[in-house]
Amino acid sequence: MNRHLLSIDDLAVDDVRTIFDTAVEMHDVQKRQVKKLPALRGRTVINLFFEDSTRTRSSFEIAGKWLSADTINITGKGSSTSKGESLRDTVLTVCAMGVDALVMRHSASGSAKQVSEWVDAVVINAGDGTHEHPTQALLDAYTLERRLGSLEGRRISVIGDLTHSRVFRSNVLLLTKLGAEVTVVAPPTLMPSGIDAWSKDAGFATSYDIDEVLPTSDAVMMLRVQRERMNGAFFPSAREYTVGYGLTRDRLASLAEGTPILHPGPMNRGLEIAADAADAAHSLILDQVSAGVAVRMSVLYHLLAGEEATA
Amino acid sequence: MSAPENDSSRVIVKGASLLGDKSADLLIVGGVIREIGSIDARDTAHGSATVIDADGLVALPGLVDLHTHLREPGREDAETIRTGSMAAAVGGYTAVLAMANTSPVTDTAENAERVFDLGRAAGLVDVHPVGAVTRGLAGEELAELGLMNRSRARVKVFSDDGKCVGDPRVMRRALEYVKAFGGVISQHSQDASLAGASACCHEGELSGQLGLPGWPGVAEEIIVARDVMLARHTGSRVHVAHVSTAGSVEVLRWAKAQAAKDGHWSVTAEVTPHHLLLTTDLLSGYDPTYKVNPPLRPVEDVEALRAALADGTIDAVATDHAPHARHDKEHAFVDAAFGMLGLETALAVVNTVMRGNDLLDWAGIASVMSANPARIAGLDDQGQGIAVGAPANLTLIDPDASVTVDRDASVSLSRNNPWHGRTLTGAVHATLLRGVATVVEGQLA
Ligand SMILES: [Zn+2]
Repeated sequence: MNRHLLSIDDLAVDDVRTIFDTAVEMHDVQKRQVKKLPALRGRTVINLFFEDSTRTRSSFEIAGKWLSADTINITGKGSSTSKGESLRDTVLTVCAMGVDALVMRHSASGSAKQVSEWVDAVVINAGDGTHEHPTQALLDAYTLERRLGSLEGRRISVIGDLTHSRVFRSNVLLLTKLGAEVTVVAPPTLMPSGIDAWSKDAGFATSYDIDEVLPTSDAVMMLRVQRERMNGAFFPSAREYTVGYGLTRDRLASLAEGTPILHPGPMNRGLEIAADAADAAHSLILDQVSAGVAVRMSVLYHLLAGEEATA
Repeated sequence: MSAPENDSSRVIVKGASLLGDKSADLLIVGGVIREIGSIDARDTAHGSATVIDADGLVALPGLVDLHTHLREPGREDAETIRTGSMAAAVGGYTAVLAMANTSPVTDTAENAERVFDLGRAAGLVDVHPVGAVTRGLAGEELAELGLMNRSRARVKVFSDDGKCVGDPRVMRRALEYVKAFGGVISQHSQDASLAGASACCHEGELSGQLGLPGWPGVAEEIIVARDVMLARHTGSRVHVAHVSTAGSVEVLRWAKAQAAKDGHWSVTAEVTPHHLLLTTDLLSGYDPTYKVNPPLRPVEDVEALRAALADGTIDAVATDHAPHARHDKEHAFVDAAFGMLGLETALAVVNTVMRGNDLLDWAGIASVMSANPARIAGLDDQGQGIAVGAPANLTLIDPDASVTVDRDASVSLSRNNPWHGRTLTGAVHATLLRGVATVVEGQLA
């Protein structure tokens, strides 16, 4: 396994299997009364969140705590630039406190990779701009595997604002790596530039037509639409988006029975996903959240516990 | 300038290959080329001359850079007019045009004279300030174009570089106004709305994968197209700064043919060394060293730019030398400053790319790096070629020297050097400004 987790590209299929196998064990810990393993006792994990995300930050925080690591949160809205300090100075200052792992969320794509070149700590990318969110992809795939078994040959649709989605970028890498047949759906304005060539190289399909894709999907992953995109002329109105690309009640009925539905949250109910779909018995949205802790425990364990000898 | 023009100081350059052609000796008296041929330094008439042994070296007219950022006033930690002049001299330049986006902006006669005077004081290259097109680079009201032209600095080139003059009405008025004194508007062509506020790289497959907001080539091309139409309408001169796409080249090719037919207007264009060699895939590691505006483009664009420079569609090579303090590049990629160094390496890059691929010979390099930029900027005493009676602005080049670039060997104050670690062919051996050596054996004299 690579020293850092910056992108799904850092993981070989075997690494993913290792992470999932351990996550299964970690998942069991969650069911215990005393949810504590000694694995990372004496290690320090800093959650460095330049951008708000209660959900991801608390998931990492719980994961660290259940492994007995000392976890500390440092949050600062906006980037370090707004304070006039360079990103390098900011992270060097944090790391000078003696840190084993830096879990980092930042609004700028590539920032986790840049930081990994400046610091000695293990860097875990908890979302860098519109680039990647690898632990989200891991927990999504892990959740799907627990429901569907192997993802080999499974048809998975990823639907929504692809351009601005780090969840999409990590998921398309991981799901294709695990053998799934991925189709991504968005209006042309929310397709990343160059996706025609990219999808050909990477082996996934693209479509503008959600109704063509849904009936043959083995799983559906909806992405959050940011309301501020509406002013950017990406699409005309919320109403039109829902009609064109939302998982509406009618479309829910077009799915094969029991088709898993995922959403990384937070949801815009009624915009990209109808309440009926979010709350359906075959929705895995809450499973994703609990799997998140298990997968992040596993990631922290493999990146940090294995380091003991060299530390 | 520091070189005396009317004294009788004598310099003999022995055995240089003139523009890569036949070898000859040059006798320089009082900063002017007096004689070309076979000159015996032991001749009693020349006994007191300083002799420069130029055997095996190629002599070009001193290089002229249409597009340099010297950062003074305002950011003297990144570069000063003195250190920028040093970098220029080391790069074989005898004149540079210093862009207006300093702090304060060069938008008045006083500010222009200040830059001009600091250049004279440094005395290593002629520093000609570029005047802003609009006050404070705000794109709204015209700066004092005429007063800058009447000033001691004699400003002829105007640019809001760093920003595009976006309002077509303002651009039209600027083009019209400078006709009165033969000025030229150098445009940083980039439609602000299409590019978007946070754009930081070429829009394409890689930007899609990296999740970096990109700007498409068309954001440049529509401004180039618009401006040539405005230049035609106003009968004026427009210069397109740092062309970066194949589409812009197509527009320029069409426009030049039209201008030649019409006769009453003109368009010229420049390309940077980095757009002739570096491609957008260098961004895959998010290294802000390669963050530049306009962005590095795919290889198809690079090839089109080379061809356009070779066939004259693009007139000049300009460095867009853009020094930055280290901490201004040590941000997340989207937040890091735009720009890279260029003065010290430009000749070697152009030689490697253009002569190395048989696209230009030395005479061609002299055209695009000296004569054409001097003509575009209206500099009478630069880029005149190597001829009797011409000012002795010369660059002597070791054509086959293979040099691995080391950013720490730079005389610039900054280190944002995209060529670090690359091996390039061709090295500046000496630079003469009106007969006075500013650089000898690759080092500042
Ligand atoms: Zn520019």
